[in-house]
Amino acid sequence: MSVQLTSPQFKGNARRALADPQLQKALGNVGQNFVEKRRQVAAKLPEFDALCDAARDLKDHTLAHLDLYLEAYERRVTEQGGKVHWAVTSAEACHVVLDICKRVGAKNVTKGKSMISEEIGLNDFLAANGISPVETDLGEYIIQLRHEPPSHIIAPAVHLNKEQIEADFRRAHQSLPPGRNLEAPTALLAEARSVLREKFLAADVGITGANFLIAETGSSVIVTNEGNGDLTQTLPKVHIVLASIEKIVPTLEDVSTLLRLLARSATGQEMTAYTSFSTGPRRSGDPDGPGEYHVVILDNGRSAMLGGQFREMLRCIRCGACMNHCPVYHAVGGHAYGWVYPGPMGAVLTPALVGIDKAGHLPNASTFCGRCEEICPVRIPLPKLMRHWREREFERHLAPAAARWGLGIWAYFVRRPRLYRLVTRIAMRTLSLLGSRRGRLKWLPLARGWTRHRDFPAPEGHTFQSRWKRRARYMP
Amino acid sequence: MSARDTVLASVRRSLGVTGREAPRRSAADDRLSRHPRGIIPKRGKLPEKQRIKLFCNQVEDAHGTIEQLASPEQVPAAVAAYLRSKNLPMSVRRGSDPRLEAIPWQSEPTLEVLLGRSDGNELASVSHALGAVAESGTLVLASGPDNPTTLNFLPDHHIVVVDADDIAGDYETVWDAVRDRFAGKLPRMINWITGPSRSADIEQTHLLGAHGPRSVHVLVIGKP
Repeated sequence: MSVQLTSPQFKGNARRALADPQLQKALGNVGQNFVEKRRQVAAKLPEFDALCDAARDLKDHTLAHLDLYLEAYERRVTEQGGKVHWAVTSAEACHVVLDICKRVGAKNVTKGKSMISEEIGLNDFLAANGISPVETDLGEYIIQLRHEPPSHIIAPAVHLNKEQIEADFRRAHQSLPPGRNLEAPTALLAEARSVLREKFLAADVGITGANFLIAETGSSVIVTNEGNGDLTQTLPKVHIVLASIEKIVPTLEDVSTLLRLLARSATGQEMTAYTSFSTGPRRSGDPDGPGEYHVVILDNGRSAMLGGQFREMLRCIRCGACMNHCPVYHAVGGHAYGWVYPGPMGAVLTPALVGIDKAGHLPNASTFCGRCEEICPVRIPLPKLMRHWREREFERHLAPAAARWGLGIWAYFVRRPRLYRLVTRIAMRTLSLLGSRRGRLKWLPLARGWTRHRDFPAPEGHTFQSRWKRRARYMP
Repeated sequence: MSARDTVLASVRRSLGVTGREAPRRSAADDRLSRHPRGIIPKRGKLPEKQRIKLFCNQVEDAHGTIEQLASPEQVPAAVAAYLRSKNLPMSVRRGSDPRLEAIPWQSEPTLEVLLGRSDGNELASVSHALGAVAESGTLVLASGPDNPTTLNFLPDHHIVVVDADDIAGDYETVWDAVRDRFAGKLPRMINWITGPSRSADIEQTHLLGAHGPRSVHVLVIGKP
């Protein structure tokens, strides 16, 4: 695993994030912009909910026939002069890319945004082998200058403020006049545009991700707003696509259904500025386009997910809506999750890809408020899947001692209903007496984690069961 | 065992299948050959007049600009006027698509019209769209010997000509047109373009002109 994994230190990460004023300021943008824009654009399309159901069904169909669609896709790519490379692990995928770069003697490599590239740690691997790829998505470019991982799957630099970006540009672009004015975001964008334009034109190899791979036509699809991915795949001699197995979609009609949901859910746009369908290398007579077209299809643990409780996670189209709507993400940001995929989708996917022993905190870092499931365009039951991880963690004795003890004690009582009722009755009465004056408790044994920051509401004296019984008596 | 066989075997193990089951194979083959349509939003099924109106509105919503012209003969004057309005030099680059070739460019003698792919040095280009989609204001451009992809992304200003007859309500109608035109295969590149290039990566501030064109101007030909 070449991407540094700090998920085991989630608690420390989160504490630091909460105390970071720059980060907290930047995170304020997430809750406001993404959420409100998505709400408006979904409300403008009466068929939105029906499209989500259709998208869920078509992804389920595709996953159930994944082997066949993968084979069909590979046939189409090959027929059109492209080459499909398969990779079981991250390391294999990195080597495929390196071999292609070496064979064509690549000096300059540009990249469009790709989460698979982050997952396999491609940039560090290529750098260690003498090739320095340049990220061309503005957000990815900024975090590459800072040697940081993305903090959001569609807005990688969402954790930064413009003053930080200005400082990075001054440090990185030393050949430009030091007195230049970079105060306005437009000035920063213009500078990135001119610096990266040179990189685009000089590139030998362009690497992009894929939002979808189409089995019917052998095409790879990318959606961008900047046009960076499109320049990355059009100008160099060689185009390499990185994609994981679940990116396959059967037909052009199916991809159209998903595209009606992707931008709306992600950025609140009806459609991104650019949606590009690449099919093979340059054809005879074509004035531009890459001479070689390669697709690296990565498994990295996904085929195993297909067989278990987490198959539904493979429906994910990486819109990022779940993190945009997550109160935990709003509070701690993406880096706290400690790997490539943050937020609710990361809390389900990361344990599957790196192990629950390392990522056990993530599915626990949820209030189960259910907003992520409510807005997911492919209807992934994220809270249920996080619950499955919690169960596995418990079964494998990975849960922290306090949680195991607590659950053990609770289990002792619930298996003895009379004793349970007695003890809870006593406890509720005691707590109610203790808190009777203010209706809330300032301090509670074993619950300091709660009471250190806020009071605990005092129970009013009766247990739920006794109240339920009383209610039943009045019912006919 | 190759990586390919390992991945496919693992997928099949997880699904509990061999890959040879006839009903599964025919389900997949059937979907690929029949490519059934999904849900088409109502706004994608409007009659012609409203459809073109919706397209115009959606282009403007996506920060593009749009003009309706009665005939291709009016294109050179419209291009020249657009360049003047943006204070640009009187020069454009275009591909040699027959529909662009048929335009009487000499009617605008001060307008320089260059041919072929872009090397990043021109400020404005003219392309002809294969079709367009009203539901989102999306232009559909196909690459080919006469339609360089670089013209869609490198110049600062992109002028796109589209015939009113080619404006469909939904994406699916355009896909069928593409299948007909290219005998079931896709050209190397299909670009859907919905307004100019933009980025919101700096503090979520919405800015136009990230890496691609700063402006997209659409000329709709016929039925004004």
